[in-house]
Amino acid sequence: MENKSKLWKVTITILMLILGIAFLLPFIWMLSASFKPEVDVFKYPIEWIPKNWQAVQNYTEVWFGEHPFGLYYWNSIKISVLTTIISVTVSCMAAYAFAKLEFIGKNVLFILVLMTFMIPSSSIIVPQFIIFRWLHLFDSHLGLILVGSFSALGTFMLRQFFMGLHNEFLDAARMDGAGQRILFTKVAVPLVRPAIATYAILRFIWTWNDYQNPLIFLRSDHLSTIQIGIQKFSSESGAYYSLIMAGTVSAIIPLLLIFILGQKQVMEGIAMGGVKG
Amino acid sequence: MRFKKNKEKNAHRLMLKEKRENLAGYVFVGPMLIGLTILTIIPAILSLIFSFTEWSFIAGLDKMKFVGFRNYTQLVDDPVFITSFKNNLILLLVVPVQLILSLVLAVIINKSVYFKNFFKVVFFMPYISSIVAVSIVFQLLFQPSHGPINQFLRSIGMDNPPKWLADIHYALPSVMIIMTWVGIGFCLIVYMAALQSIPKDLYESADMDGAGPWTRFRRITLPLVSPTTFFLLVTGLISSFKSFDIIKVLTEGGPSYSTSVVTYYLYTTAFENLKTGYASSMAWALFGCVLLITVFQLYGQKKWVNY
Repeated sequence: MENKSKLWKVTITILMLILGIAFLLPFIWMLSASFKPEVDVFKYPIEWIPKNWQAVQNYTEVWFGEHPFGLYYWNSIKISVLTTIISVTVSCMAAYAFAKLEFIGKNVLFILVLMTFMIPSSSIIVPQFIIFRWLHLFDSHLGLILVGSFSALGTFMLRQFFMGLHNEFLDAARMDGAGQRILFTKVAVPLVRPAIATYAILRFIWTWNDYQNPLIFLRSDHLSTIQIGIQKFSSESGAYYSLIMAGTVSAIIPLLLIFILGQKQVMEGIAMGGVKG
Repeated sequence: MRFKKNKEKNAHRLMLKEKRENLAGYVFVGPMLIGLTILTIIPAILSLIFSFTEWSFIAGLDKMKFVGFRNYTQLVDDPVFITSFKNNLILLLVVPVQLILSLVLAVIINKSVYFKNFFKVVFFMPYISSIVAVSIVFQLLFQPSHGPINQFLRSIGMDNPPKWLADIHYALPSVMIIMTWVGIGFCLIVYMAALQSIPKDLYESADMDGAGPWTRFRRITLPLVSPTTFFLLVTGLISSFKSFDIIKVLTEGGPSYSTSVVTYYLYTTAFENLKTGYASSMAWALFGCVLLITVFQLYGQKKWVNY
C-alpha cells in the first residue's frame, strides 16, 4: 500500500515535470534563440540547444549597440527603487494611522482611500497627463515615480498587519513616554517588517514591469525604462530576432533573480490577500 | 474637592492626548491623502467633466465646449467602440478557464507531487515576467510562415495552420491563450493557500465513509475554496477589463480592430486622435463596468459563497 502510493506520487511528479517544461517552452525557446546566429532562429526541427553559438556577439550587440540598454536598465532601476521606497513609506504611515490611531474623520478618509482603489488607472490617465503637463512633471522621472508611489493597495495590505499587532506592545512603549514617531518607527514598523518586505518586493516587480505609465508619462528616449526600450528595440530591429530575444532575456533576468531570492515573500503576499497590481 | 480637581486634571490630560492623537493621525495619513487627491481623485473628477465636453488638450482651456451627453450617445453608435467593448466581453472568458485549470493544477501539486515549491515557481514564472517581453516572444512563436508553432503544426500534417495574430478570426483567441498562460500562476498560488487551510480531518473522515477522490473533491474541496474562487473571479474580471499592455504591444488592436479593447481605443482616441472629451467618456464607461462588477461582488458574496 505504502509503496504503491509512493510509486503513484513519483509517476505524477514526472508527468507534472513534463507539463511544467511544456509550460515553460516559450521561455526556453526565447533563451535558446538569444544564443543563436540569426539564420538558425527559425530552423525546424528546433535546435533547443544551439549547434552554432553566437551568444557573446548577440548580447554585446544588444547592450553596446545602437540602443543604450545600459541606460534603460539604469532608468528602470532608479525608478523602481525610488518608487518602492516612497510607496512603502507613505503606505506604511497611512496604514499605521488607519489601524492604530484614533482621529476625527478616520472612517470617512478610509472609505475615500478605498474608493480610489476601484478607479481603473486607464480611466484617469488622460487628466493625469494633462495635470502633469501643467505641473511640468511630464517627461520626467519624478512624475513617473509619483504616479507609481501613491496606491491605496499598499495601505490596505499593510493595514491588515498593523491591525494584527497587539496593543500591549504599543501601550507599553507609550507608558515609557514614547511619542507617536517613536512608536511608529521603533515599535510598530519593526514588528511588521516581513509584511513590509513582501509589499516592497511586489511594488518593485510591478514598477519594473509597468508599461502603461512610462509609455504615457515619458517621451525622451534617454529617459525610457527597459520595458519601453525593448519594445522600441523590437519594433525597430525588424528581422533581427536573435537580438530581440537577447533583449527580452535581459529584461526578464533581473526580475527573475529578485523573484527567486524573495520567492517566499512574493508567494505569501500573493496568497495572503490575493494582491494584484 | 481634591478628588474633583484630580478628575479635571485627568480629563484635561485625556483631551490633550486625544488632540495629539488627532494631529498624529493627520500627519500620518497626510502624505497618502495628498498624493491620492492630486493623482487620483482630482483626475477622476476632471475626467468626468471632460467627458461632457468637446476638447483637445493641445488646445487651450478656452476652447473647451460643453456638449452634454453627446459623447456618450456617440459611443453607442461608434462601431469601433462597440467592437472593442465586445472584445472585452469575450476576453472575460479567459477568467473561468484560468480558474478551472489552476484549481486542477493546485489540487495535483498540493497532494500528489514531490518538490511542491519548485512547481509553484514554474507556473508562476509567466506572471512575474514583463508582459512586454512575453508579448514579443509570442509574436515570434505565433509567426505565421516560419514561427515554431506553425512549423510544428505543419510537421504533424496540418497543411494550413491558422495565421494566429495576423488573422482576424484567430487573433483574439491567440491573445486569450497568452492571457491564460500568463495568469494561471497567480490563481494557482492563491488556490494553493486556500487548499492548505482546509482541515485534513475532513478528508480523513470522508475516507472512512468510503468517499472516492471525485466525491471528496466535489463535496469538500470545491465548496471550501468557493470564497477563493469568487475572489479570483471578481479580481480576474476586473483586471481583464483593465488589460491594456498586452494588446498595445502584441497587436495594437489589429488586424482591423479584431483585438481592440476599450482601454486601447481610449488610448488611441486620447493620445493619437487627441480627442480628450470623447476619450474621457470611454474612461467613465470603463469605470462604470468595473463598478458594476464591484456591486456584483458585494451582492454575490452573500449569495453564492458557501463557507
